[in-house]
Amino acid sequence: MNKRNAIRESFGDRSFLMAMYVILILIVISILYPLLHILAASFSNPQDVISGAVTIFPAHPTVMAYETLFKNSQVYTGYANTLFYTVVGTAVQVLFTVLLAYPLSRKEFVGRKVLMMAILLTMFFEGGLIPTYLIVKYLHILDTRWALIIPKALFVWQVIIAVTFFRTSIPDEIHESAQLDGCSDAGFLWRIVLPLSKPIIAVLILMYAVADWNSYFDALIYLTKSELFPLQLVLRNILVLSQVSQLSPSVAYQMRRLHGLSDLLKYALIVVSSAPILIFYPFVQKHFVKGMMIGSIKG
Amino acid sequence: MKTAAIQPAPATGRYATESKLSKNWKLMKKHWQYYALVLLPVAYLVIFKYLPIVGVQMAFRDYNVVDGMWGSKWIGLHYFVEFFKSPLFWDIFGNTLKISVTTMIFTFPTPILLALILNEVRDSFFNRFSQTITLAPHFISVVVMSGMIILFLDPKTGMLPKMMEWVGIEPVNFLASVASFKYVYAVSEVWQHVGYSAIIYLAALAGINPELYEAAKMDGASRFKKILHVDIPGISLVMTILLILQIGELTGVGFEKILLLQNPINQPGSEVIATYVYNVGLVNANYSFGTAIGLFNSVINFILLFAVNWISRRVSENSLW
Repeated sequence: MNKRNAIRESFGDRSFLMAMYVILILIVISILYPLLHILAASFSNPQDVISGAVTIFPAHPTVMAYETLFKNSQVYTGYANTLFYTVVGTAVQVLFTVLLAYPLSRKEFVGRKVLMMAILLTMFFEGGLIPTYLIVKYLHILDTRWALIIPKALFVWQVIIAVTFFRTSIPDEIHESAQLDGCSDAGFLWRIVLPLSKPIIAVLILMYAVADWNSYFDALIYLTKSELFPLQLVLRNILVLSQVSQLSPSVAYQMRRLHGLSDLLKYALIVVSSAPILIFYPFVQKHFVKGMMIGSIKG
Repeated sequence: MKTAAIQPAPATGRYATESKLSKNWKLMKKHWQYYALVLLPVAYLVIFKYLPIVGVQMAFRDYNVVDGMWGSKWIGLHYFVEFFKSPLFWDIFGNTLKISVTTMIFTFPTPILLALILNEVRDSFFNRFSQTITLAPHFISVVVMSGMIILFLDPKTGMLPKMMEWVGIEPVNFLASVASFKYVYAVSEVWQHVGYSAIIYLAALAGINPELYEAAKMDGASRFKKILHVDIPGISLVMTILLILQIGELTGVGFEKILLLQNPINQPGSEVIATYVYNVGLVNANYSFGTAIGLFNSVINFILLFAVNWISRRVSENSLW
């Protein structure tokens, strides 16, 4: 009786586990299929995209979409602008975050509790869209590159992550001995803390860079000059508003000639804009996960 | 006797505060560099976080360009009343609630299920592979995500209508429908963020005391029973906290994506408070009106956050504060 029971249970457990595997495989497919479909569509010809002959393999592989895309100056400018906003923006954000987070992690910094409170408050209270927009306007940085960098010079959540890291992983003993050797506070941050904090710097760079690369809304409200537009705003105009003729007159002409090229270009644009991050991220995935963990210890 | 005992106390107290003050002052002088370090970030916080908060008072003014946000004429609750009386109010308010509640019903349980499943699948290669794939869409930008939705749902060329046709269902133009907008939004949120949201539950599951599993095994619990009686109680605190936070953001959720997916046909079902602030307040430059609506939105979120936290503390003894 006992034995039969054990066998029956393990059979139940095995089928339960099997069901888990099946569900997980279905989940993975439902996420992977659309991604592969986009990739395949971007390498197809317009007729196949329209007729639905594309699955996760292109019916007649061609790089036509990419040829057309790379002839286009708007995509180039957008890419260059986004690189600038991402590199400069991330540098400023990491700098500001460290400058604020390190003193907040030190017990001998008088006023740190008040300052921390003031920072946490901004997570719950905010001025909202229009007052912030008007402040940016008063500072006369509308329609300049600064508008995409200064108004988001740091994110509160990332500051909290950094404070938690500094507090838990810089031993007090090092600080005491450095002070005895006459090391100043700023010198200690620069010479001792930063070299010890490479993991958190990596996490900050990743989080900020992805956010900067992907953001469009600041550009939408702060910029009107198209030569300053980041890639995401160019994408919005083409993908969402379908202003394909914006690409160039010759493309508009080709479009009439090749019905469906516009959809094809959209698939290629999605690939071109998202590939850098999607190819890069599996290698740094564990840092992302770590960053979330550090944040959630505190939260 | 009594008075004698009480007498010295205030003196010590005053002495203690004085010494604490001078001690603090000494510390501040010694560590003046900390204040130099935080100077720039604090200036940033004051200008870009606190000035706009003070600027919210323009919701009670009749903003004009000449007098600006600090000097325009004070008109009190005029714009709030205008918004409440406007025929659009209930539509917008209803849409906001419908979209966010639908989204929450979809996005709250799914990461928990994914984490529980991943936690069962011990095969390390398949486990890591599944995590990598499910996390990937999180890094797609909101613009590309919206572009994908529009492409996939295109009634003539989209992937989904083609699949529906293939299975034999009449294809629907989801984005041209007022009723289905909230489902399009909610399902795409699940697709994009389920892997990311599962991380925190996986961490909580990893932190469960292994002895509990041992004990469950000794008692002959099946895998399903083990999930029910060990896993789920083990992550219930995280579940409560995330649920409270989600409800607290109920009316502010996902405004960038809604704005991108909005079109004139689905607008009756997709105009929410936040997009209305953008469309009417910023695009049409009704700054005071827009700020008033935004403030109304924040107040609602605040009330919700406090209410849910209070209820949760009463019911489950888990709460944010």
